[in-house]
Amino acid sequence: MPGLERLTAGLAAVLPADAVVTDPVRLRTYECDGLTNHRATPGVVVLPENAEQVAAVVRLCGEHGVPFVARGSGTGLSGGALPRTDGVLIVTSRMRRILEIDIPNRRAVVEPGVTNLAITEAVRDQGYYYAPDPSSQQVCSIGGNVAENSGGAHCLKYGFTVNHVLAAEVVTPDGEIVELSADDPGYDLLGAFIGSEGTLGIATTITVRLSRAPETVTTLLAAFTGIEAGGHAVSAIIAAGVVPAAIEMMDALAIEAAEAAVHCRYPAGAGAVLVVELDGPRAEVEHQFAAVERICRDSGAFEIRVAASAEERAAIWKGRKSAFAAVGRISPAYIVQDGVVPRTALPSVLAGIDRLQEEYGIRVANVFHAGDGNLHPLVLFDDSVPGEAERAEAVSGRILDLCVEHGGSITGEHGVGVDKARHMPRMFTEDDLDTMQLVRCAFDPEGLANPGKIFPTPRLCGEAPGVRRGAHPLVEAGLAEQF
Amino acid sequence: MDAAGNALAATGVEIRAAGDDDEVAGVRPRRVALPESAVEIAAVMRVCAAHDLAVVVTGGRSKLHWGARPERCDVLVDLSRMNRVLEHAAGDLVVRAQAGVTLEALADTLAGENQELALDVPVPGTTVGGLLATGIAGPRRFRCGTARDLLIGVTVVLADGTIARSGGKVVKNVAGYDLGKLFTGSYGTLGIIADATFRLHPLPAARAWVTATVERPVTKTNGTWTTEDGLTFETLSTDLAGSLATMVPAVTESPLEPSAVEIDWPDVKGPCTVAVLVEGAAATERAKALCGLMGETAEVAEEPPPWWGRLPEPPGRAAEPPGAKPTASRDGEILLEVGNAPSRLAETFLGFLEAAQVTGFRAALRGSLAAQVLHIALPPDTDPALVAGFTSQLRANFEEEARVVVLAAPWEAARRLDRWGRVGALPLMRRVKERFDPDRRLSPGRFVGGI
Repeated sequence: MPGLERLTAGLAAVLPADAVVTDPVRLRTYECDGLTNHRATPGVVVLPENAEQVAAVVRLCGEHGVPFVARGSGTGLSGGALPRTDGVLIVTSRMRRILEIDIPNRRAVVEPGVTNLAITEAVRDQGYYYAPDPSSQQVCSIGGNVAENSGGAHCLKYGFTVNHVLAAEVVTPDGEIVELSADDPGYDLLGAFIGSEGTLGIATTITVRLSRAPETVTTLLAAFTGIEAGGHAVSAIIAAGVVPAAIEMMDALAIEAAEAAVHCRYPAGAGAVLVVELDGPRAEVEHQFAAVERICRDSGAFEIRVAASAEERAAIWKGRKSAFAAVGRISPAYIVQDGVVPRTALPSVLAGIDRLQEEYGIRVANVFHAGDGNLHPLVLFDDSVPGEAERAEAVSGRILDLCVEHGGSITGEHGVGVDKARHMPRMFTEDDLDTMQLVRCAFDPEGLANPGKIFPTPRLCGEAPGVRRGAHPLVEAGLAEQF
Repeated sequence: MDAAGNALAATGVEIRAAGDDDEVAGVRPRRVALPESAVEIAAVMRVCAAHDLAVVVTGGRSKLHWGARPERCDVLVDLSRMNRVLEHAAGDLVVRAQAGVTLEALADTLAGENQELALDVPVPGTTVGGLLATGIAGPRRFRCGTARDLLIGVTVVLADGTIARSGGKVVKNVAGYDLGKLFTGSYGTLGIIADATFRLHPLPAARAWVTATVERPVTKTNGTWTTEDGLTFETLSTDLAGSLATMVPAVTESPLEPSAVEIDWPDVKGPCTVAVLVEGAAATERAKALCGLMGETAEVAEEPPPWWGRLPEPPGRAAEPPGAKPTASRDGEILLEVGNAPSRLAETFLGFLEAAQVTGFRAALRGSLAAQVLHIALPPDTDPALVAGFTSQLRANFEEEARVVVLAAPWEAARRLDRWGRVGALPLMRRVKERFDPDRRLSPGRFVGGI
């Protein structure tokens, strides 16, 4: 009997009956995450309710040599939660409790299936929020955020998931339950775990930092005739020493799409719009706002709107936040790309993207987190036209080349997953990738945790090296140093 | 010359015989290597691998006495010649620097473009590599985080001479594992950091400090204690003195957003000072508003108090002047770091006071009230048994969640001392060490659990 069958037979002993999915029709619903062009029907799906159940399933996988993949809400955009047909998909959707809210210590303890926004909603009344805000925050799970080290529009000022997760209970690939904490003495295993895309284990409890809501938030929309002028404004804002909470930019095509989809009523004739959000103490924000407004005008903004209320702020953000889905209104199909360039290279990279559009006859709508050089080009194509999908794929890959050539990254927040593993050698040498995989070998020598993701070529771990000159047992026990 | 010596000499890297000044916690290496690049470090490491030589790495030598005594040390790799800022991309707010660059030199370079690395490293002469290897941080950890939060890329050299990079020079980047996090705070036990890339911040438009004095940080309700020199003073209650207990949360949670809230308590028998840093536009205006939360003694200053951003001095020793070069004066340093949940401020203070009884109340405390990471200094002449007693008393007084780490203690005094306390996930850490340094040649025995 193959490993997966034997494992499935063993699941009944460790999970409630309704927590094991083997029905082919139901299995199909898990065949992809947010990146829908990669699909695989999982061998079996489990819906554990707690860490012990996760650990029991992972131990069974180890016993039978069966790979496993963790999945939260399935909103990832790099195929990080793409299942294995020969493996187990461990879905955290039944682990949705907020276990503790501790305002005096600015932290909350949650299960991995809790959505990102649910944390903020639980503490907003008390004047706090959870800072990382990926665009999918209404549905994406915090466990998925930990796996991907998710960012969001406001990470320019506030950082990423890794800067806001204080500790995690993790089921390691050998089925142990361990506590990783950023503050504990020893190696920062938590820092290495966050962003490891499910290849080092599964987080079963996550302690997040809560941030104090700022006294003031000011949001401004500036319209420019072209993207160069907008880019100039971004550079000038940063050079002036202002660190906005967010600076977002959209080009003409992205604006057109957003207008068609959500009628965001951005200024007519805009070749680019910039959304700048400032937050913090009122006195500081007032100073910064004056500087930003002046810089935008000096850079050629022909219209500036300032949100005077939460509703007006939401209206400004509406176009930006709907941009990905909105291009569906102007194109039958599209690829969402995620690359990063040094901010100063933005003009050159955008010019390069223009050249690619001409060369391949493919349109690209640009939406980006301009403050940190994170591009989200939307590569538009018509899948009914023969060859167009391939050309779009080629443009998308060439954009990543441009990013790497300019000293950037192949992914700023969507992750490598299955989608970009083949691009990793453009950014890293074989030695770099082998060294990273030493960490994987330490956590998962059998390579059962989400195999096939991140690394183009798995490293064979070999036998776990024995400690050749072991420390004295008392030293190991922490009772003594040296004799 | 022996075979290993010949091989080291053949690398072309400058090698010299080690002297008294090169001792690492009482272990004298045989040789000192002075590489000038990652490639040169790799050449040295390959020879060390071939000849089974144990390696300890150092930069500014300001914290070489931190950590446990190495089991062995044949070669001290001194990175002081790797002192170049490789790239300062001001428009991108990013800097890449070699590991031997001191943070003072880095700050000078960055200030030329009105930028800074928003970390306050409390030990003068600390290099980029030393900052990362120890993970030490100062007052602004509350607002800006620690080295791990600002590090965006790293180049390391492994025990076998492999040169590897992770991260890059853009702030937002999730491609591959983050080796920088793993190496931060690893005390040179996984590899040698050759260079690092950090995200920068613009220098704040203005800075202002608010200071306030608290006469009795802890007040008495029952009993008195008598010190060895016959001085009786009142202590122990079930709570902090009211002013401190209400002041700290009010300030740290204030929408005025202070960057740091620090305490200096140089002598547990006397008063303490609380100082708050406000940065950015309208700093003075915001500082004045914070005064209202800090009691009658609160006042605004444009300069920091003299102790700001420095480790505590043990009772009886004069403070180092700001910007002082590291000197032998830190010989015999006994330094502890305490971390606790912010809401447990009273527990921390009472626990500290009670433990201080062990040393005859000769202990000084300084650090971040906002993040509640505090440093404690004991006099260098403290009896080794008392250091151990103080440390275990401190741990006994705290809840399990708190951590007490002995950053520095004379190795002779440290035989019975558990430097690290409780370490979660130690078996996993050992497995990481075994993969990166299977022969245990990098700072063997210096780190948690004898790693």
